[in-house]
Amino acid sequence: MDRFAFVLRRPLQLVPVLIGISLVTFILVQLMPGDPVRIMLGPRASADAIAAVRARYGLDQPILLQYGTYLLNVLRADFGRSLAYRAPVIDVILARLLPTICLLFYGLVMAVAFTIALAVAASRRPGSWIDQAVRLSCVAGVGLPSFWLGLMLIILFSLRLKLFPVSGFGDSVTDVLWHLFLPALTIAIAVTPILTRNLRATLVSQSAADYAVAGRSKGLSENYVFFRHVFPNSLLPTISLLGIVVSFLIGGTVVVETVFNVPGMGQLMVRAVLLRDYFIVQGVTLFFAIGVVLTSFVVDIVTVALDPRVKL
Amino acid sequence: MSVGSDVGPRAAPASWRLRLPASLVAGTAIVATWILIALFGPAFVGHDPIAVDLAHALHPPSAEFPLGTDSFGRDVLTRLIYGARIDLQMAFFGVAGPFVIGSSIGLLAGNFGGAADTVLMRIVDVTVSFPYFVLVIAIVAVLEPGLTSYYISLTLVNWVSYARLVRSEVIVLRQADFVLAARTIGIGEIRVMSHHLLPNAIAPAVVFVFTDAVLTIVLGSSLGFLGLGVQPPQAEWGVMIAEGQLYLATAWWIAVFPGIAISFLALGFSLVADGLAKLLHTAP
Repeated sequence: MDRFAFVLRRPLQLVPVLIGISLVTFILVQLMPGDPVRIMLGPRASADAIAAVRARYGLDQPILLQYGTYLLNVLRADFGRSLAYRAPVIDVILARLLPTICLLFYGLVMAVAFTIALAVAASRRPGSWIDQAVRLSCVAGVGLPSFWLGLMLIILFSLRLKLFPVSGFGDSVTDVLWHLFLPALTIAIAVTPILTRNLRATLVSQSAADYAVAGRSKGLSENYVFFRHVFPNSLLPTISLLGIVVSFLIGGTVVVETVFNVPGMGQLMVRAVLLRDYFIVQGVTLFFAIGVVLTSFVVDIVTVALDPRVKL
Repeated sequence: MSVGSDVGPRAAPASWRLRLPASLVAGTAIVATWILIALFGPAFVGHDPIAVDLAHALHPPSAEFPLGTDSFGRDVLTRLIYGARIDLQMAFFGVAGPFVIGSSIGLLAGNFGGAADTVLMRIVDVTVSFPYFVLVIAIVAVLEPGLTSYYISLTLVNWVSYARLVRSEVIVLRQADFVLAARTIGIGEIRVMSHHLLPNAIAPAVVFVFTDAVLTIVLGSSLGFLGLGVQPPQAEWGVMIAEGQLYLATAWWIAVFPGIAISFLALGFSLVADGLAKLLHTAP
């Protein structure tokens, strides 16, 4: 089991990255114009209240100590208070975590389904018209702006065909799946080109590998060689791309949640930027970054679990 | 990021005549058309892109207004043509800064290695941990909504991509015979970098410029749409789509056409990237 020793070691290696992330989010708030405490408490706050908050977040101390205080507060899950929501940032974020996670997962499942269908279709006959069509749609697909695509889906499926709701999240599981169908479809379309190009290229090169040629020469059917040997062997490079893809999907949720009015973290971030609710912006940015780091960690574990040759 | 389409053994060129990939030709044609529209289009339109004319509000496409009018009575086609200026400018300035700064840093770090290189790689690790869109938006947020903030934000975040690409090429090239030979005959360090390393290391970064232009246009128009980028009443395509969002059911043309414009300009850059990758054999 020593192949999995990195599961214990890796969190230690991640410490510098996490410190870097906290530093960036700390600097973010340092850069903002105006006094953060005044912004947090509002224009009518008393001098005593301002001094109290200043002391609590260590803002009356030298900058390095301020960073130390920020770090300790983050470790205690204290991200400051939101002015607009009049509540601790952590509470506001946690209340909006579920819709975003559902949307990300839903979008990812759709993207994987599209990717497998398109990449398999394209790679069975490299250079055929199907392959060319898939390639061209990937080239065109990366340039489709998600916010516009979302609106077009609303016009088509919500306003004209009345199949899906225009906005919202829903209460039960099926209701959520129904409400989030168009938003998930939108972000899935945004990342499918990246995954499809990758998987198609690997499938084509693996189809020409020695073991595939050997299988065919022994009389195995093309389908058997492809689905039993080539396909499983081609998945790994695409799986290792998932970390980047999740980061892309998160960017997509910021826009798509706004278009479809999904009460998630992305919509929260856009509103916070417009309201200059900086501690929310800082908190959401930090949350998303930690999400990406955790995803890469999980992807590493999956990679090692799937391929006995990989050692991290 | 994209593993290229030209997988498999490379055929020897049948002749020395340079064959341009079809996607490169098509992409260049699309981008060139947009540049011409941006440069000369405004001279041919009969309407004002910004002036409000409520008497003609929400007109569907007609002979006078080929793409209809918006809720302020402005001609959508006119705004689309003026918008090409902003969105093309976005692609250029949004990419130029990161490209120049990132490539230089990648060249220096890759060539000299040592502590600077270690620091660079740590910065890369941290930057890629943030979702790109989210970090750009967060920086725009602490500056102020607008184009300048967008350029600053992109430069702060995206130089890393170019630095990483150039660095990984330089690290291999600096051991190559021709570089060792250049050093052996006494060519100075700066000239080795500028005349020998850079020209051979820059191809992947040049290809990425065009992929990056696609992302820059999409993200920039997204910011305009969200109210964090170019501000109304400017005729930016994302801003136009945001203005059309309220009228999806009644006046679809306001939101539909600017999106087609973004998609086509992005398609142009995307095709150029695809073609260049083939031409320069940089299947990463």
